[in-house]
Amino acid sequence: MDYAAHILILTAIYVSLAISLDLLAGRMGILSIAHAGFYGLGAYTAALLVIRCGAPFMIGVVAGMGVAALISLVVSLPSLRLHDDYFVIATFGFQMILFSIFTNWMDLTNGPMGIPGIPQPVILGWRVDTHLEFLMLAAIFATASCLVVWRITTSPLGRVLHAIREDEVFAKSLGKNTLRFKVTVFAVSAALAAMAGSLYAHYITYIDPTSFTVMESILVISMVIIGGAGSLWGPLVGAVVLVTLPEALRFVGLPSSVAANLRQIIYGSLLVVMMMFRPRGLVGNCGFSK
Amino acid sequence: MTNDGRPTLRCEGLSKSFDGTHALQNVRLEFPSAGIVAIIGPNGAGKTTLLNVLTGFLRADGGRFFLGERELTRLPPHKISRLGIARTFQDLRLISQVPVLENVLLARPNQKGERLLPALLRYGVAREEARNHEEAMRWLWFVGLDEKAHEAAGELSYGQQKLLALACCLAAEGRILLLDEPVAGVHPEMISQILDNLRQLREQGRLVVFIEHDIAAVRQVADTVVVMDEGRVIAQGKPNEVLEKPEIIEAYVG
Repeated sequence: MDYAAHILILTAIYVSLAISLDLLAGRMGILSIAHAGFYGLGAYTAALLVIRCGAPFMIGVVAGMGVAALISLVVSLPSLRLHDDYFVIATFGFQMILFSIFTNWMDLTNGPMGIPGIPQPVILGWRVDTHLEFLMLAAIFATASCLVVWRITTSPLGRVLHAIREDEVFAKSLGKNTLRFKVTVFAVSAALAAMAGSLYAHYITYIDPTSFTVMESILVISMVIIGGAGSLWGPLVGAVVLVTLPEALRFVGLPSSVAANLRQIIYGSLLVVMMMFRPRGLVGNCGFSK
Repeated sequence: MTNDGRPTLRCEGLSKSFDGTHALQNVRLEFPSAGIVAIIGPNGAGKTTLLNVLTGFLRADGGRFFLGERELTRLPPHKISRLGIARTFQDLRLISQVPVLENVLLARPNQKGERLLPALLRYGVAREEARNHEEAMRWLWFVGLDEKAHEAAGELSYGQQKLLALACCLAAEGRILLLDEPVAGVHPEMISQILDNLRQLREQGRLVVFIEHDIAAVRQVADTVVVMDEGRVIAQGKPNEVLEKPEIIEAYVG
């Protein structure tokens, strides 16, 4: 039972990550490779605030989101003026910077040793200490992320994002300050990733830089692509598939050393096959590229 | 400078070159505050470049341009658009998968629902959206596309797409409309409808500036013709005067 809850909790965390990346990549057409970095920023900010300052859980979450949104401006303001392809490279660089900060700023992050002993969340007296309770909390967070993305995409703001994805020049000609929209959405996306990160930190109770590598970004990108970019269900399905698939492999009875390598191969093949035969993703409706 | 107190668009010595080719050379023009101005000239004369500079999509190498007293030379496209200068593109730019109406709604300026918090919390957005919907339908009706409002923009005929682009400019509250080839490649019946629309816009006190190769269309509606060649303005005046000049007949009317 705890095992099933564990898988569902991870799925819920990845739903938040995938849906927030899709807001940027699927809805607005701008890919970021720094998603794991913002996920990590949320995790570290929340963990440090709670452990060092004794801040309540929700303060840590909100602060993590705020820090990620603010730091996102450091990348987005200079580099979103560039062509989208260069922006991808800029986010890759930024991901590397964040990772090396997590690894090397010993005084703050404790480097590769990570931060242990992150307490379980307490929200207004509700101590979240069983798997089932945590699953409820994770579900609430995932629903909140989906709600934010859904609200944005079904509003006049979503109409502008769609226009930016399809034809930015057209949007500009109609008086839309497309840079401002891109910067805003990038910050929202980063904040939602950070929210997932703070939840992850409190769930696992230990964080170290290896959870926030570029491979993690690519995993989330794969979820969006495999599920289907630019739709509400796509990232959800992608998160479910890519979280449960490795667990399924475990039951096939392969030795873990083989399974780990096989998993990478399966992810890779899945991506190639999806791009060839179903670029819209499993349940998506518009595809990833412009 | 103005004949009815409204600011006019004028450019002073605009120049632009691409890799040594002079696309615009010292272009000096003053547009009336209302009316229909046609810009003609052979391919490569700099007509579209001029439009791109005047709408901020290209930055001039030299010279300046103004709306009334306000200098626009270094403003980005969205700021120029917000001052009431709207444009269409030669290669039609529309969001083709979404309904016609959505394209026009997108064009509405200053939407509260485009800001993050109102979009999330939805205060006042429904009311604003209803108002914009009404306004969008008004312009779709104006160009005769009201019945197509819920069809995908990409399903429209070429001429209808040009009309949709025009409706977007109007919904964006463009008072000065810069249209790049509004009738080129359009079915003759549709051409007369588009030209009618342009006349109505003139009556509403707007300025329509359009680039066109179709000399018959230019003759029918233009108050003023500007002839460009090799990045320069080589002639301007009333259509019946300019289009009678032997060298221009030879080059463009054939």
